[in-house]
Amino acid sequence: MPDHPIRILVAKPGLDGHDRGAKVVARALRDAGMEVIYTGIRQTPEMIAEAALQEDVDVVGLSILSGAHLELFPRVTRLLQEKGKTDVLLVAGGIIPDEDIPQLNALGFTGVFGPGTNTNDLVKFVKDEMTRRRA
Amino acid sequence: MSSPILPKPPFGESLVSNLQIRDPLTVARAITRVERGGVAARELVREIFPLTGRADLIGVTGAPGTGKSTLVNAMAKELHARGKHVAILAVDPSSPFTGGAILGDRLRMQDLQGTGVFIRSMASRGQLGGLAAAVSDAALVLDAANFETILIETVGAGQGEVDIARYAHTTLVLEAPGLGDDIQAIKAGILEIADVLVVNKADRDGANATAAALEMNLNLNPDRTAWRPPVLKTVALTGKGVPELVDAIASHQSYIRQHDLRRAQETARFRNKLHELLKTELLQNLLDRYPDSRWDAWLHEITERKRDVYTIANEILRNKNNA
Repeated sequence: MPDHPIRILVAKPGLDGHDRGAKVVARALRDAGMEVIYTGIRQTPEMIAEAALQEDVDVVGLSILSGAHLELFPRVTRLLQEKGKTDVLLVAGGIIPDEDIPQLNALGFTGVFGPGTNTNDLVKFVKDEMTRRRA
Repeated sequence: MSSPILPKPPFGESLVSNLQIRDPLTVARAITRVERGGVAARELVREIFPLTGRADLIGVTGAPGTGKSTLVNAMAKELHARGKHVAILAVDPSSPFTGGAILGDRLRMQDLQGTGVFIRSMASRGQLGGLAAAVSDAALVLDAANFETILIETVGAGQGEVDIARYAHTTLVLEAPGLGDDIQAIKAGILEIADVLVVNKADRDGANATAAALEMNLNLNPDRTAWRPPVLKTVALTGKGVPELVDAIASHQSYIRQHDLRRAQETARFRNKLHELLKTELLQNLLDRYPDSRWDAWLHEITERKRDVYTIANEILRNKNNA
């Protein structure tokens, strides 16, 4: 493990009404020793990009249930690039059809985690990726 | 494909000039650097230190659930509307077991997006030298970045947090109705560090009683010539009472300037910081001086009740002096 904690932003773009899943994920990441900046539901792409920038996070995790991921996620990645926040690992979660995964991968979302994901797998993915990046 | 990994920009002249124009990426990375500590952090502090000393540091503390984050959000909005460049440091505790943390203060600060108010969440971590060191270094970065008002929000749960609040030029202590009877108000502790007392959630039952208990407690203060903390009622969610609160902070700031107290505050702050730093360094020196086996042997003697901690500590220090 790196000697300083991984900082990860967990945010829900769009109009999802609840964030139980995202809270479970946030808790699992915390229990794995990470610092989780949690901003909750109804986040605009602008809010997410600004938070990622100011908090200087290593990872941005977006969770979405509404189906608007192909609409909202590209706006987030574009804003991050515009702001120069390019050194960040992107992870997506929520209800995302398999056929959309290649498109999200192309946007830079290295990890895409659908319903039924074991939080341990997510934690392992983030840790492994960060170890690789910090090496 | 994963996004490319770009090297972080070298610090130096570009850092300082980018900091001074409040470039968010530069400010954010500079805070990360001081938060991580070590040689890089010290070099950065050395570089920016001459640029600091101008910002007003406002500490906000109080028990969990009193509405600190929401009030900080409302205050930042008000200060921004008054033309101030505002930054926020929001501190939440790290788990002592895993080191992880949920930093959730930002959740209550949603309507500051796009205003230029810089918000940074910090976990208390548990590093040698303590939380106060990292937070006060982050405040130096924001100060060098020409933020005029820096709001530092901490949980008023422990001594470390009280220390941070004490580092501020003006310290707000939040209360909310229904959290305790009036004996809580005369206990020693967090209330004594307040420059401004705030009864938040003042639309709830019992707000007047809480404010009255605080006032009564202030009436008992022996020194009548000193600054008397005003007791203000706010409803952070609606913004009620917030302009008056911001006025009260400004009054305290002019009071400390008029009475030339700011230098005394800074002296106290840096004395404390210097002592903390020396403690950390000296402890580390001692720890490095002896092999682990030696420390284990000393601890074994203590747990076996052969010798007590004071005697062992004496021996360690004596050995150091003889070395």
